[in-house]
Amino acid sequence: MNTRELTCIGCPLGCTVTVTMENGEVTAVTGNTCPKGDAYARKEVTNPTRIVTSTVRVTGGVAPMVNVKTASDIPKDKIFDCVEAIKDIVVAAPVKIGDVVLSDVAGTGVDMVAARNIAVK
Amino acid sequence: MKNYDIVIVGGGPAGLAAAVSARDHGTDSILIIERDKELGGILNQCIHNGFGLHTFKEELTGPEYASRFIDQVLDRGIEYKLNTMVMDISTMEGSSDKKVTAMNRTDGMFEIQAKAVILAMGCRERSRGALNIPGYRPAGIFSAGTAQRLVNMEGYMPGREVVILGSGDIGLIMARRMTLEGAKVKVVAELMPYSGGLKRNIVQCLDDFDIPLKLSHTVIDIEGKERVEAVTIAEVGPDRKPIPGTEERYTCDTLLLSCGLIPENELSKSVGVEINPVTSGPVVNDSLETSIDGVFACGNVLHVHDLVDYVSQEAITAGKNAAAYVKNGAAADAKAVEILPVDGVRYTVPKFIRPTEMDDNLTVRFRVGDVYKNCAIATYFNDTLISKRKRPVMAPGEMEQVILSKSKLNEFPDLEKITIRIEQA
Repeated sequence: MNTRELTCIGCPLGCTVTVTMENGEVTAVTGNTCPKGDAYARKEVTNPTRIVTSTVRVTGGVAPMVNVKTASDIPKDKIFDCVEAIKDIVVAAPVKIGDVVLSDVAGTGVDMVAARNIAVK
Repeated sequence: MKNYDIVIVGGGPAGLAAAVSARDHGTDSILIIERDKELGGILNQCIHNGFGLHTFKEELTGPEYASRFIDQVLDRGIEYKLNTMVMDISTMEGSSDKKVTAMNRTDGMFEIQAKAVILAMGCRERSRGALNIPGYRPAGIFSAGTAQRLVNMEGYMPGREVVILGSGDIGLIMARRMTLEGAKVKVVAELMPYSGGLKRNIVQCLDDFDIPLKLSHTVIDIEGKERVEAVTIAEVGPDRKPIPGTEERYTCDTLLLSCGLIPENELSKSVGVEINPVTSGPVVNDSLETSIDGVFACGNVLHVHDLVDYVSQEAITAGKNAAAYVKNGAAADAKAVEILPVDGVRYTVPKFIRPTEMDDNLTVRFRVGDVYKNCAIATYFNDTLISKRKRPVMAPGEMEQVILSKSKLNEFPDLEKITIRIEQA
């Protein structure tokens, strides 16, 4: 049996929620003051996910960088793999919002897409 | 001198939404003046997601949110000038119009006559000079927003080993951003006993990366003559003075400052607009008109927001009312009732309400001065309690609001004052 303490982000209250787990199964959630806290804590200990945002270089555009994001959330433990995977990517202008910069980034099955329009210089 | 019905100073989220709204409410002759080389303002450097949850029901990055409004401006053919700095706004003799003096590299210095002006200049970060941090003055000390622009737009890394002073949202966001770009963020120090940032950012920008947040701590020394070499932080007592013996030295090459935002009102002052010392922004009435007829304000120049969605809403109101001013001229003198912020409420925007002129419903926004748990927001017309809304928690970092209805206000013909206060639930 092990326990983890989390800060709920459901609202500004920021309850400290304690999750008790046994054999990878959640057996108890305490400290939350509403159902949101329970749901957040269960997801956070079993399958935490995040949207990752970063930048890649652009050639021939009006700006030297374009910001990118994962098209949907990815497992939290893949954040650094994601950033590493796009480190050396260079795209050519024009870039449009939604353009795929790298498909299936770091084996997540999720595409890294442009999140800004960059016109040709 | 060129003439426009409405000149909007600033092409960020506030200016863009105000322009779209003014056009949609019937004003054709509009000019947006933007000092940067592109529209979008500070959103262009805010590449994290979470923008637009209220407006578009999805989580956009800053540039995506901006582009939605830029597209609306372009679709309507609204004129704008980039790389152009407004130098002065003044009232004109013998006319209710305003004179806007601006300059850029192609036109030189020029003047524009405008029936109405919308102030949408945004805000600036509190600088090291304003914070009075002791120590040397080497390279490597940046405001968090400057570092954000360097990393996200220019493609430069400001440093490798970082200490951050202040736990405002930009500082938290930059702690994560610098970490993802390979820097080591050693600590975030916050003078106050609570963070000025959103809970979500503490969890996703600090906790996710095991970056320590030290509340009630501040920087007491900066070492390094050419480049930052180390920073010393110390715990502060309830008087916010450093406690001897609590010093900790961190070797680092970079110090980021995220210690508050100040509305940028030099132009507002030059035209003579009355400023609220609490917000450092203009005093406005329910139409977001300042103390000068025909000069409106919206966005972070008015008061600093946490959510851009609220900036857009406010700007839509300012644009609509500026269009009405262009069409109808100055509103007839109507009775204005002051909203008094007391007992934990630091200020309200707007500060004055005209019960006969206002929209059917008016959103009054404000901040509280401390962390309040299990309290309520109470609203009084004269001495009569009108509403009391329970709030499990309120903090200075999260803007609060009260909605006032015209019909309710008009039940009080002898209304002298409106009071908004924090009470026990």
